[in-house]
Amino acid sequence: MSEHHGPAKGIKRWIFATNHKDIGTLYLWFSFAMFIIGGAFAMIIRAELFQPGLQMISPEFFNQMTTMHGLVMVFGAIMPSFVGLANWLIPMMIGAPDMALPRMNNLSFWLLPFAFTVLLSSLFMEGGAPNFGWTFYAPLSTTYAPPSVTFFIFGVHLMGASSIMGSINIIATVMNMRAPGMTYMKMPLFVWTWLITAFLLVAVMPVLAGAVTMMLMDIHFGTSFFNAAGGGDPVLFQHVFWFFGHPEVYIIILPAFGVVSQIIPAFSRKPLFGYDSMVYATASIAFLSFIVWAHHMYTVGMPIAGELFFMYATMLIAVPTGVKVFNWITTMFKGSITFETPMLFSIGFVFLFTIGGFTGLMLAIAPADVQYHDSYFVVAHFHYVMVAGAVFSMSAAIYYWLPKWCGRMYDETMGKVHFWIAFIGFNIAFFPQHFVGLAGMPRRIPDYALQFTDFNMMSSIGAFIYGAAQILFLFNVIRTIVAGKKVDDPQVWEGAQGLEWTIPTPAPYHTFTTPPQVK
Amino acid sequence: MTAQTGGADTYYVPEQSRLAICLATSVAVLILGAAIGLNQMTFGSGDANWTMLWLGLLGFVVILAVWFRQTIVENRAGMNSAQLKHSYALGMQWFIFSEVMFFACFFGVLFYVRNLAGPWLGGEGAKLMTNEVLWPAFDFSWPMQTTPQEAVGGVADQIPANTGTFVGPKESVSWSGIPLINTILLLTSSVTCHFAHVALKADKRSAFNLWLGLTLILGFTFVGFQAYEYYEAYNHLGLTLEAGIYGSTFFILTGFHGFHVCMGAIMLSVQWLRSTVGGHFTPDDQFGFEASSWYWHFVDVVWVGLFLFVYIL
Ligand code: HEM
Ligand SMILES: [Cu+2]
Repeated sequence: MSEHHGPAKGIKRWIFATNHKDIGTLYLWFSFAMFIIGGAFAMIIRAELFQPGLQMISPEFFNQMTTMHGLVMVFGAIMPSFVGLANWLIPMMIGAPDMALPRMNNLSFWLLPFAFTVLLSSLFMEGGAPNFGWTFYAPLSTTYAPPSVTFFIFGVHLMGASSIMGSINIIATVMNMRAPGMTYMKMPLFVWTWLITAFLLVAVMPVLAGAVTMMLMDIHFGTSFFNAAGGGDPVLFQHVFWFFGHPEVYIIILPAFGVVSQIIPAFSRKPLFGYDSMVYATASIAFLSFIVWAHHMYTVGMPIAGELFFMYATMLIAVPTGVKVFNWITTMFKGSITFETPMLFSIGFVFLFTIGGFTGLMLAIAPADVQYHDSYFVVAHFHYVMVAGAVFSMSAAIYYWLPKWCGRMYDETMGKVHFWIAFIGFNIAFFPQHFVGLAGMPRRIPDYALQFTDFNMMSSIGAFIYGAAQILFLFNVIRTIVAGKKVDDPQVWEGAQGLEWTIPTPAPYHTFTTPPQVK
Repeated sequence: MTAQTGGADTYYVPEQSRLAICLATSVAVLILGAAIGLNQMTFGSGDANWTMLWLGLLGFVVILAVWFRQTIVENRAGMNSAQLKHSYALGMQWFIFSEVMFFACFFGVLFYVRNLAGPWLGGEGAKLMTNEVLWPAFDFSWPMQTTPQEAVGGVADQIPANTGTFVGPKESVSWSGIPLINTILLLTSSVTCHFAHVALKADKRSAFNLWLGLTLILGFTFVGFQAYEYYEAYNHLGLTLEAGIYGSTFFILTGFHGFHVCMGAIMLSVQWLRSTVGGHFTPDDQFGFEASSWYWHFVDVVWVGLFLFVYIL
């Protein structure tokens, strides 16, 4: 057998990294940095919206903030954080020595800091940063865009390349590196959800690349893809974007499903209820996510047949989603549950994600959506699924696996406080947005009618509370890494299941150099 | 390269590597150079400066070459287990799948414009008023030789402002000339590429070199014809990027395809050199060639779609 190498010293360890754990760590810290930056943008937005009238920033800058907030959170915070988890966990969960293609893994990561430096630098460019919303609809993003749009476009190309390579790596790892005996239907659900997510990414990231490429052509080379004067169509942009965009929201939530499906059984001390149906539900969600994109476009004037098709197809997604929620709840049913922080976040996830799912169902009804569209109701919907969904599950994951990674236990009290502040802050911030939305407050505006004041103040206060909770989170994580109470039990959590809990704690630098035999 | 290298029986996990960070840096220089150059071209006053773009591109190509060279050296040193080889194969296959989706995007655009957006601009179905109010006198036909803008009398007379000028082509490209020749060339090259593969498996080195060389000649001839077609389009047909949606879809589809043919041809050229000069490949270890040939067949299949939907129909 080969001798074991420890990590290299100093900065080289990170820059030249090929170890899946190092790269996972890089991804996680990078995404947290983006989470803070994107969060700062959100705080600016909420501060401006605290009162009606223009308070602090110009409408132009407000538009840049909503745009950059969305882009940074989706592409910089949430997606890379789950790739980081995948890097850390998938090899340990399937008994592989590393990711299948370690050097490409490093490349996938290092493209991201460059991409986001380019994107964020646009804030300082003449004409300002992108201001057309994270969905960058043409012609706002073409004919009327600031010059920095070119930098934005290439930034998106880089992120796309990074995602595609990362996903190919994950697919190759899962298909090719499973330990003997680890059949597909024995894989932990987190691995399953990531396999399907990676498939979605490889399928739709190129379409996003196509969309921004056509923008680039329209802006700089005189084509008319999104310009009716030349025979093109701005609505075409929306179709292409949402063909990417809807699968994208499932790219964000599927790994979160996976995380929760690992944690709930552990703290319920029961195996996951309906494993097979979870796998099939994930696969059907992935399939359906390709045929529902135009539910974002009910108001653009599609033919009625289109409206109906996309409406029914969208509603169909509620079925597999419901299967999942049912399975999580049934897993908890009659379990001997304890409420450590990861479990709290997971239960919070199930509860709040379900609310987000229901508002999604409301939005799916085409005639109703004509009212809700582009209102704060939509904002409330997607923050329930993306923040209380993806970000909550990410918090849960960090608390759950951090002791395994660094051999130290986080402070449970502080963790619980983090959860409750986050939970309460989140709901104060976003629940009222349902009401202002239904009452007609449009999204993406720096000013609003007086009757929306109270709810907006609440929203802003909640947002600040939620933001503050993240500082506590950061503190807790750092404290754990440098001074947490040592754990050396491989199991860490009494009810935890899976290969990653059979290796020593903290996880050695190289694990499973010879594959384990899975029974 | 010591620690995890257990030869063919354990999975080779490479040591720390500089390749990725160098490649990422050069890609960043490349895109910054492209963005700076393009912005000066379109928004700035001065001449576009492309120095950074070329620097980045140079770095990118060189580092990529070094990277591939290293994997080849590793493989020839026997460090790659069957399992690792399978990882590389999977990597290439899923990469090609992502390329399929990239082309699917542009084909989707073409179908959408021809079957939905175009007729709507012409006032079909419920979109009568779009035509009456915004683009009166515009009739939709494909290839679109008169853009909506021209139909209303030019950019000054159209209702939506601030859009640029789009003058339709005088003629569209006929399928029976160069495109037909190119179809024959490319389909033949797929066959010769397959023969090369068969020859390699049978350990017939010179036959392999010959068939692969033939494939390359066919591929580069295709590219030459395609360049000539572009020359004709720009100089005699009035078919340009600015020629409205027909020109836009024509050039993006054929352009990206042509670019991919070039990439494929370069990849196969490298394999040809590896075989002729370096004596690489054995009947059961030929991944570099196989991966390139998958790519080549993929590019061919895309062309068949192009020939049908861009040229014939
Ligand atoms: C039961 C499942 C869901 C249904 C039926 C659903 C339905 C919808 C509909 C119809 C809209 C369009 C609203 C409008 O613009 O008028 C929408 C918007 C959105 N949804 Fe969902 N959704 C679901 C789950 C999710 C999930 C899981 C996520 C992400 C994790 C998500 C993220 C979003 C986002 C980001 C938007 C807004 C995009 C934008 O315009 O900026 N949704 N949803
Ligand atoms: Cu959607």
